[in-house]
Amino acid sequence: MRSTLVLLKRELTGYFATPVAYVFICIFLLLCGILTFYLGSFYENGQATLGPAFFEFHPILYIVLIPAISMRLWAEERKQGTIELLMTLPVTLPQLVISKFAAAWIFAGIALALTFPLWLTVNYLGDPDNGVIVASYIASWLMAGGYLALGACISAITKNQVIAFVLAVIVSLCFLIPGLPQVAGFLESTLHSETLVEVVRSFSFMTHFGAISRGVIDLRDLIFFASLIGVFLFMNAIVIELKKAD
Amino acid sequence: MGAMIEIQNLQKRFGDITAVDGVSFDVDRGEVLGFLGPNGAGKSTTMKMLTGFLPPSGGTARVGGHDITSDALAAKRLIGYLPEGAPLYPDMTPEGFLAFIAEIRGYRGAEVRARVDDVVQKVQLQKVMRQPIETLSKGFKRRVGLAQAILHDPQVLVLDEPTDGLDPNQKHEVRGLIRSMQKDKVIILSTHILEEVEALCSRVIIIAGGKLVVDCTPAQLAAKSKWHNAVRVEIPKTESARVGASLADMFGSAAVEQLATEDDDVSLLVSTKERRSILSEISQRAQSEKWKLDGLHVEHGKLDEVFRELTRPTVAN
Ligand SMILES: Nc1ncnc2c1ncn2[C@@H]1O[C@H](COP(=O)(O)OP(=O)(O)OP(=O)(O)O)[C@@H](O)[C@H]1O
Ligand SMILES: [Mg+2]
Repeated sequence: MRSTLVLLKRELTGYFATPVAYVFICIFLLLCGILTFYLGSFYENGQATLGPAFFEFHPILYIVLIPAISMRLWAEERKQGTIELLMTLPVTLPQLVISKFAAAWIFAGIALALTFPLWLTVNYLGDPDNGVIVASYIASWLMAGGYLALGACISAITKNQVIAFVLAVIVSLCFLIPGLPQVAGFLESTLHSETLVEVVRSFSFMTHFGAISRGVIDLRDLIFFASLIGVFLFMNAIVIELKKAD
Repeated sequence: MGAMIEIQNLQKRFGDITAVDGVSFDVDRGEVLGFLGPNGAGKSTTMKMLTGFLPPSGGTARVGGHDITSDALAAKRLIGYLPEGAPLYPDMTPEGFLAFIAEIRGYRGAEVRARVDDVVQKVQLQKVMRQPIETLSKGFKRRVGLAQAILHDPQVLVLDEPTDGLDPNQKHEVRGLIRSMQKDKVIILSTHILEEVEALCSRVIIIAGGKLVVDCTPAQLAAKSKWHNAVRVEIPKTESARVGASLADMFGSAAVEQLATEDDDVSLLVSTKERRSILSEISQRAQSEKWKLDGLHVEHGKLDEVFRELTRPTVAN
């Protein structure tokens, strides 16, 4: 546990050692603002809530932003050869995998938390259901964890950060698209089976994020994201074990 | 309890390549083991297995009685390791990096500072402690790598080419540092510099093509050379018969060997069975008999020669 915390601390301070973290946070906030105010028609909505206008775009925002965080996690370590240093220290592989993921997740959480002025704004403009907003924030953060675990696992496959980024975007899309309302009709017409469509849709971030972001916390959605994180981190460890020597 | 390091029939295959092919040896406390071998011999791969980075394809490595795969944490605690090329985190400062290493090695609070200060003193890093590692010169980077390896005063120190790319002064310093630590420790270092082996090591292992070919002391290794203390006499062709006869008279005809001749010059190599120093005897004789000498050299081939002889055939295939 202590080792995990030491590793986590190093990872997390690493984000702020270079301007990259600040640039990332700025871009994140900027995109959040643009999407919310322009595309999400924040004002026209007439409702004092962050729901549809703000959170609705997170699954799409994360498609590009989360791989930007996750791409370097292992790829950089392998490229620099520091993985050899790391893995000959008295730490275990699960400790390494978890600490890297946790640091990235905390970092994503910091970026997300910095959108709080929007929250203040809706409270200033009206009288929103703050419980729903808190639930939505938690849901968004959980979903970010899912994207991150996926991205971390992919980052372990290659030494090239650009490849890690592109692959993570593609795989994330695969987890997003089945849940989009736009493809619902297509799925039904190709699969010809209600159950199959349900199964495919149940793997989508969209499906599970939608409900929680509307304030409906269903245990199944939480379990979905938690197990997604678990499975990808487990795969991450296996990939590292297999690829570390290359 | 057995030796500090016990390596038995260690093997590593990468696909079709067999990088390490059944290497076995033990190392005890107090020994400084020089690990030699041509490029691609499998030195780094052996070290990576010994330090627990790579799982062996076969065989076992034990450190302080702990198997490096089944009891990895206990083994890794005993080891300080400088990987080949001294990989480091470029964005960190030596200060931050060494504090991280101290914490991960289990030191807390004031101990962290104390360990870092101590090791910084040893490798002379004071001036660059707050500079990002990527901006350091190669020598300083290597010192940071060395510092992280010795920070917890490990019982087993594994150094993969610790002086590679350092200037002569820094090489000298690093050697001094290694020498100062050798007591009660196992030190294994790989190098391509043969004088380093003579200067530092109590034992030499040469591997070639993944196999162990020699395991002895540096002196024994040097003594394997027929060139040891031999003298090369260069003379014009016209002189060769007279000088050859005279040398044969002094040391016996078996001691004189005619090397490849070029143009009008002849080289005679004179060596004694006991490989004693014979330069002065020969130069006295040369003066008294007024040889027309073109050159008189004591051969310094020694370890290089033995190294080449031992490793060349395996490299070829
Ligand atoms: N990850 C890997 N995948 C495939 N082959 C590898 C890998 N690592 C090492 N090898 C091969 O194993 C052999 C031994 O390599 P190793 O790095 O151990 O040599 P070395 O003795 O350290 O050489 P050098 O003196 O050049 O450092 C080489 O043929 C090398 O190409
Ligand atoms: Mg090597």
